[in-house]
Amino acid sequence: MDLSQVNAPIYEALRKFRRMRVVPFDVPGHKRGRGNMELTEFLGEDCMNVDVNSMKPLDNLCHPVSVIKDAEILAADAFGAAYAFFMVGGTTSAVQSMIMYACKSGDKIIMPRNVHRSAINALILTGAVPVYVDPDVNEQLGIALGMTTEQIEKAIRENPDAKAVMVNNPTYYGICSDLRRITELAHAHGMLVLVDEAHGTHFYFGENFPVTAMAAGADCASVSMHKSGGSLTQSSFLLMGKNINPDYMRQVINLTQTTSASYLLLSSLDISRKRLALSGREIFAQTVEMAEYAREEINNIGGYYAYSRELINGDSVFDFDVSKLSVFTLPIGLAGIEVYDLLRDEYDIQIEFGDLGNILAYISVGDRKRDIERLISAMAEIRRRFGKTEANMLSHEYIAPIVSEAPRKAFYADKVSVPLDEAAGKVCTEFVMCYPPGIPILAPGELITPEIIEYIKYAKEKGCQMTGTEDLELEHLNIMT
Amino acid sequence: MELWFTERHTPNVKFSIKVDRQLYSGNSEFQRIDIFESKEFGRFLTLDGYMMLTEKDEFIYHEMITHVPMAVHPDPKNILVIGAGDGGVIRELTRYNSVESIDLVEIDELVVEVSKKYLPTTACRMNDERVHIYYEDGVKFIRRCEDKYDIIIVDSTDPFGPGEGLFTKEFYGSCFKALKEDGIMVNQHESPFYDEDAAAMQRSHKRIVDSFPISRVYQAHIPTYPSGHWLFGFASKKYHPVRDHNGMKWSMLGLQTRYYNPHLHDGAFALPNYVEEMLRDVE
Repeated sequence: MDLSQVNAPIYEALRKFRRMRVVPFDVPGHKRGRGNMELTEFLGEDCMNVDVNSMKPLDNLCHPVSVIKDAEILAADAFGAAYAFFMVGGTTSAVQSMIMYACKSGDKIIMPRNVHRSAINALILTGAVPVYVDPDVNEQLGIALGMTTEQIEKAIRENPDAKAVMVNNPTYYGICSDLRRITELAHAHGMLVLVDEAHGTHFYFGENFPVTAMAAGADCASVSMHKSGGSLTQSSFLLMGKNINPDYMRQVINLTQTTSASYLLLSSLDISRKRLALSGREIFAQTVEMAEYAREEINNIGGYYAYSRELINGDSVFDFDVSKLSVFTLPIGLAGIEVYDLLRDEYDIQIEFGDLGNILAYISVGDRKRDIERLISAMAEIRRRFGKTEANMLSHEYIAPIVSEAPRKAFYADKVSVPLDEAAGKVCTEFVMCYPPGIPILAPGELITPEIIEYIKYAKEKGCQMTGTEDLELEHLNIMT
Repeated sequence: MELWFTERHTPNVKFSIKVDRQLYSGNSEFQRIDIFESKEFGRFLTLDGYMMLTEKDEFIYHEMITHVPMAVHPDPKNILVIGAGDGGVIRELTRYNSVESIDLVEIDELVVEVSKKYLPTTACRMNDERVHIYYEDGVKFIRRCEDKYDIIIVDSTDPFGPGEGLFTKEFYGSCFKALKEDGIMVNQHESPFYDEDAAAMQRSHKRIVDSFPISRVYQAHIPTYPSGHWLFGFASKKYHPVRDHNGMKWSMLGLQTRYYNPHLHDGAFALPNYVEEMLRDVE
């Protein structure tokens, strides 16, 4: 059968399946919702009806041969990839799979330290050893930028045996590295290029966005379709270039991915891919228009700095994603996390995240003009009611780590829990993160410094949600004995 | 043939008016606009199917939302009206010679056009030279104003749809900032009677209380609004709506009104116990 982007094979198969009224003597045990009416009333009958298991007419994600395979071919085509896999364990599982594909135990991988925890988790799982490249930092905003090509070149020269280079592109804040150049450098030295493109789905479908991983010639990209792409939370794509063996990749994915993939997630990926392929240009043009409007109005309030392409410096900020609405808040005397909390507690507005110096409001085609007006007005009011003079504000989101041990070795090492204040000078065996964005302050194997302890205390005091440690209150840290 | 306009006041209560004929129906960027002609209520305007005004009872709403603040403020010159595209508030305001400037901010230009054409009873003074009309979102307009107005009248639709933003804390805070140091804001405050309206009323009351030092509520009877029992909010930086009310001075102006009078002004702030209780719960 001839398929094109107007098709959504999984979705179409589910609709057909629903009409067949097949009698279920298989899992799930809720049997089209009849066995759990409270849940059915909550989620809706239509939803429960398609919460079904793999079967011949619906294919099987672990071993796709029919509709899932077709849907994957269409997705690959839409993203300009050689192959694409549907992922139901979030972009976390996509990131982990590409690292586990590239690296075995003891293999080196070059990556920026400001990666998402999922990448470092993969190092614990595989035993791969990170070669961290410190990202460039914008001193004013306190945010980590991309990696400079000079730093990458140096890391590659010093570690010619590394198997892969991982790039975080764009960052949560919208910063892009020179993906084409990094890819050339890595390929020239026989290394794979893996891109965490969680925040870059829209690059593939909109106009005038930074270059995509696939267009830049990267080997793998993990794309959070559920972020800017409109699919259900936890659904994602893993994209691959022509140098990747997709059948081996599938085996790698199947090491950790569920054998009961949710058809709600799969169909949401399928439908969303179709939607973006057909109308992504208009959708993202509208998104950018709203983000640009909000940025201009926020900059007119005074104090706040909603940044954009003016940060571009040709290297560590090679490009900027203008659909992101990132705002520097310190000039009004409030930490990003404080503005984030005020927006929710005082104005019933939930934004994506606030860190020490910045907030990020996620803009999408689902937003309404009047809601954008509310956000801007609420920010103006926060400045009027709560603004202070800027003093004693920590801004640095990024502290370059001192790596003492490989993550896997530290994670599995003999350890002991000590009070935070007594942890300086020791090697940490766990993660410490503010969530969101989920970028580690400490990762297993890193040295705990007084500066890091001060940062953790400050972030806690400002109300950041700290995650990753065994001690949920983060009063103790696990250290290597 | 019988043609009826019906609005659901709750999922279990309907309110219907027999319609003689439909004079207009159209969609703007923001909402559906309809004008009907009826025997009982004369012409009436609905937005997205919700009753906005009828020729028979609009005077109650427009007099009460306008004359109450005008009788409390000693010298109101600069007035901002948000919403009110039907012109009813403007009609009442333009009766005061002392008013120098009226800024009208209406998000939907089509409401004004349709009102001018089909609702001459309310839209009759839109061309007064003191009136300046701005077609934009009130939330946006007010953000830029500071220490500018003596009175702000928020003649909003309901707390859902295009008027949603006019019930938010950021909006009330912006109004506070836009008012002079002795300014007054009056707003359409929903009804205390049916559960959902009452919840919206409490929510907006809480937000106003958080934003203004003086915040009182007054009532009127508006037959075509859900339950007929309607509230207005009176929020102020300095003046108390009853203690600082000079009924004599207002009477001297000699304005003819059909609902409002100085006695009723004071009485309107005396609320039923159940309403007082709802307000206290959020104060």
